[in-house]
Amino acid sequence: MGEKTHYDVIVIGGGVVGTAVLRTLSRYQLKAALLEKHAEVGWGATKANSGIVHAGFHNKPGSWMAKLCVAGNQMYDQLCDELDVPFLRNGLMMVARTQEEEEILQQFYQQGLANGVPGMEILDGDAARRLEPNLAEEITLVLRASTGGIVAPFELAAAMAENAAANGADVYTEVEVAGISHGDDGFTITSKDGGTWKATYIVNSAGLFSDDLARMCGLDVPSLIPRKGEEYILDQRVGNLVRHTIFPVPTPKSKGILVIPTAEGNLMIGPTALEMPYKDELSTTAEGLDEILSFTQRLVPKISRRDIIASFAGIRSGSPTGDFIFETSHEGKAVHLLGIESPGLTAAPAIAEHAAEMLAEGGLSLIEKPDFNPRRPKVIRFKQLSDEEKEEVIKENPLYAHVVCRCETITEGEIVDAVRRGARTVDGVKFRTRAGMGRCQGGFCTPYVVKILARELGVSPLEITKRGKGSELLTAEAKSFLKGGETNA
Amino acid sequence: MLNTHYTDVAIIGGGPAGLAAALAARRAGAEHVTVLERNHELGGILQQCIHNGFGLHRFKEELTGPEYAYRFIPQVEADPKIHVYLNTMVLSLSPEKEMTAVHPVHGLINLKAKSVILAMGCRERTRGALSIPGTRPAGVYTAGTAQRFVNMDGFMPGKRVVILGSGDIGLIMARRFTMEGAKVEAVVEIMPYPAGLARNIAQCLEDFDIPLYLNSTVTKIHGKDRVEGVTISQVDDNWCPIPGTERYIPCDTLLLSVGLIPENELSQEAEVPLDPRTGGPIVDESRETLVSGIFACGNVLHVHDLVDYVSEEAEIAGEAAARYALKQTADGVVNGKNGMGGQFTIKPGDGIRYVLPQRVTQGAEVDLYMRVTQPMDAITLSLSGVTLARKRQVRPSEMLKIKLKAQHWDSLLEDGKAQGRELCLAAEPRL
Repeated sequence: MGEKTHYDVIVIGGGVVGTAVLRTLSRYQLKAALLEKHAEVGWGATKANSGIVHAGFHNKPGSWMAKLCVAGNQMYDQLCDELDVPFLRNGLMMVARTQEEEEILQQFYQQGLANGVPGMEILDGDAARRLEPNLAEEITLVLRASTGGIVAPFELAAAMAENAAANGADVYTEVEVAGISHGDDGFTITSKDGGTWKATYIVNSAGLFSDDLARMCGLDVPSLIPRKGEEYILDQRVGNLVRHTIFPVPTPKSKGILVIPTAEGNLMIGPTALEMPYKDELSTTAEGLDEILSFTQRLVPKISRRDIIASFAGIRSGSPTGDFIFETSHEGKAVHLLGIESPGLTAAPAIAEHAAEMLAEGGLSLIEKPDFNPRRPKVIRFKQLSDEEKEEVIKENPLYAHVVCRCETITEGEIVDAVRRGARTVDGVKFRTRAGMGRCQGGFCTPYVVKILARELGVSPLEITKRGKGSELLTAEAKSFLKGGETNA
Repeated sequence: MLNTHYTDVAIIGGGPAGLAAALAARRAGAEHVTVLERNHELGGILQQCIHNGFGLHRFKEELTGPEYAYRFIPQVEADPKIHVYLNTMVLSLSPEKEMTAVHPVHGLINLKAKSVILAMGCRERTRGALSIPGTRPAGVYTAGTAQRFVNMDGFMPGKRVVILGSGDIGLIMARRFTMEGAKVEAVVEIMPYPAGLARNIAQCLEDFDIPLYLNSTVTKIHGKDRVEGVTISQVDDNWCPIPGTERYIPCDTLLLSVGLIPENELSQEAEVPLDPRTGGPIVDESRETLVSGIFACGNVLHVHDLVDYVSEEAEIAGEAAARYALKQTADGVVNGKNGMGGQFTIKPGDGIRYVLPQRVTQGAEVDLYMRVTQPMDAITLSLSGVTLARKRQVRPSEMLKIKLKAQHWDSLLEDGKAQGRELCLAAEPRL
């Protein structure tokens, strides 16, 4: 494995930051590539991100976080329009229940003003409940920011990678970087399975593992703090309990446990914030769920354990300084983006611009491509079409008449399209199309999705995985345990 | 605008309920019956149930699932007045009985029916609904999904299996996996008694020496990419895991057989009120819901343990839906009583989890179907104080069927026990 191409820039880590950097670089006349260790992009912290596009009042004035969050927020309308990614400015509310919390809330309002956050207002409890009738009676004061939004983080990362690839960038998945060396011919990157890649510049956007990578480049950086968050998804039936994203008044460690509408119409509750000794411990816990329920029910009392349909956990790359950390090594030829925790998703498009500027300072020449196409071909989302539009797409491709995922009304046409855009796994299909994300959680559609993937990729269903090597869904052909004379019965 | 098609009786779902309802509707005189089935074949879940044991009550034979289905399918297919649309998903349904469906050749279909029969079946409860802590590796399947992989697609989803929940599909799959050469390590049930039929406990577990752990549950799933094991724990009377009782069982697969949920998303779109106890619509003895002209039968109405009872129930609904359609004039007005009798409400009392139908017409001689809340040796079933029947060895997994007779009505009405038009069905233990 490996590549003969000598790239101008290799981006290591295909989360929302890495894919944003790759897409930004694909605007210019240079050869860029992305290395991602998972089977698909967006599968690290991005996949488990809450999807909130923050307004920018949470962060200290003058910090990178404040600057790039406010800047990133303003880039989202155009970005999501170009890439056809669901994005909604649903607004967000920080709510206070006590006098003490009210005072803290006022400080956040002042901080937001200092950061240049537009569209903020302070509401009393009753005024807030007129907008959000399911807010708890005990809530007395609310800071509302109309610029807050929600986006599907995985879809955004996948869309940025797809668009970058359409503009000439290369995306390599299942490549885990094991070593980085630098010589006369630039950087040589070796992967765990023995491949090599060569580049003149590198960008380290390896998320939780970016400190390890920075050290491979000889930088003395403090260790990132893995901070696990559990989240729980509620049935769409209760998707309308709130429209705004609801925040408590935060603690020094995290923004607190929230009630989050998603771009897909479900509510999500979470996340917890637990510092972890490991970087890959993604289990959910009974304690986490209890904590989330007790906190969020204080914000929105109608939230119920009964409505939970799924859970997941992710790990933030907690910054030891409390701010994003931008470093360079090798005389500016390696750019390191570390500690990109919340508001990292919001800031990602602005971080990408900043990373490009840092590369330019290191000598990379950025000349715009005349034929850069910022638009990704539109994704057909069958359920959202009008009857006339449905008729039309079925006429063109009858696969759009075969509903595979009945809970979310996802058709075979959409699944085939997702595979053609880069989905390789059941989870890849799920996160791109929502097939299997509904109330039956793939009970009905998984066997069909496996079949479609196998057919489209030209492989046996036995090779289809949930999310990359080692997570095969099927073990053997029926009867094969008996044929070998090998039986446990 | 889409062309609108018209039919007398539209049946949503071509599984056992839809098939029996279609034939019954025709027998009752419906001239134009339409069956909308999302799969590529009729028969519903029966097609993947290749074990036997179906039809003991109805046909006095032990049939496999597909065999049972084929007692109905040829008749449906042979009847030129039953129009079957396969690969057809109903996308919407209105209280006015208008629906939009999608078909690979016809595209979008707009269909208006004089009466509608809901026969969409049910789905399995998932891990998410249980919030089992741990990682999210490959290898966690509902029992029915595993059944489909093995029986329809010809693939084994795993080799070393733990099954959570002792529902019937899980028990059947324990046997199936064992016969395929896989090892079933344990069946784990949170309740003090099994959820499935007694005959399945005997034939699927005991005959194969598969251990059943009662009062126990899976408290953690292990494994990063694929399941590597599960932790099981004993639970106390409140179903809370008891610390110190944890036990790790290595396995590559966890099957869930933890209950079925009637699939009523379309029903709710048509504003059909549901009974929180069954998860299905509230119906009267003709299986008409509270929305006039919309009927329901099979697992969409309540989860059955025997398909024989599904067919029986579907025939009631099919016949009533046909009668409703025949009474309707061209401008949609129903002549006479609109079918919705049910002046009396039947509520479950002590010892009863649910009873169906929930509404009955005064004087109607009807079969009542019910489940008890826990296993009991001997009970007296009474309706607002009037004794209906005595039963022995009752358990929640086995649905009971009791006839409400004229003499019971006499006692209820004479003694003024039916005041407020609310009747209460109770199961009292006796010695």
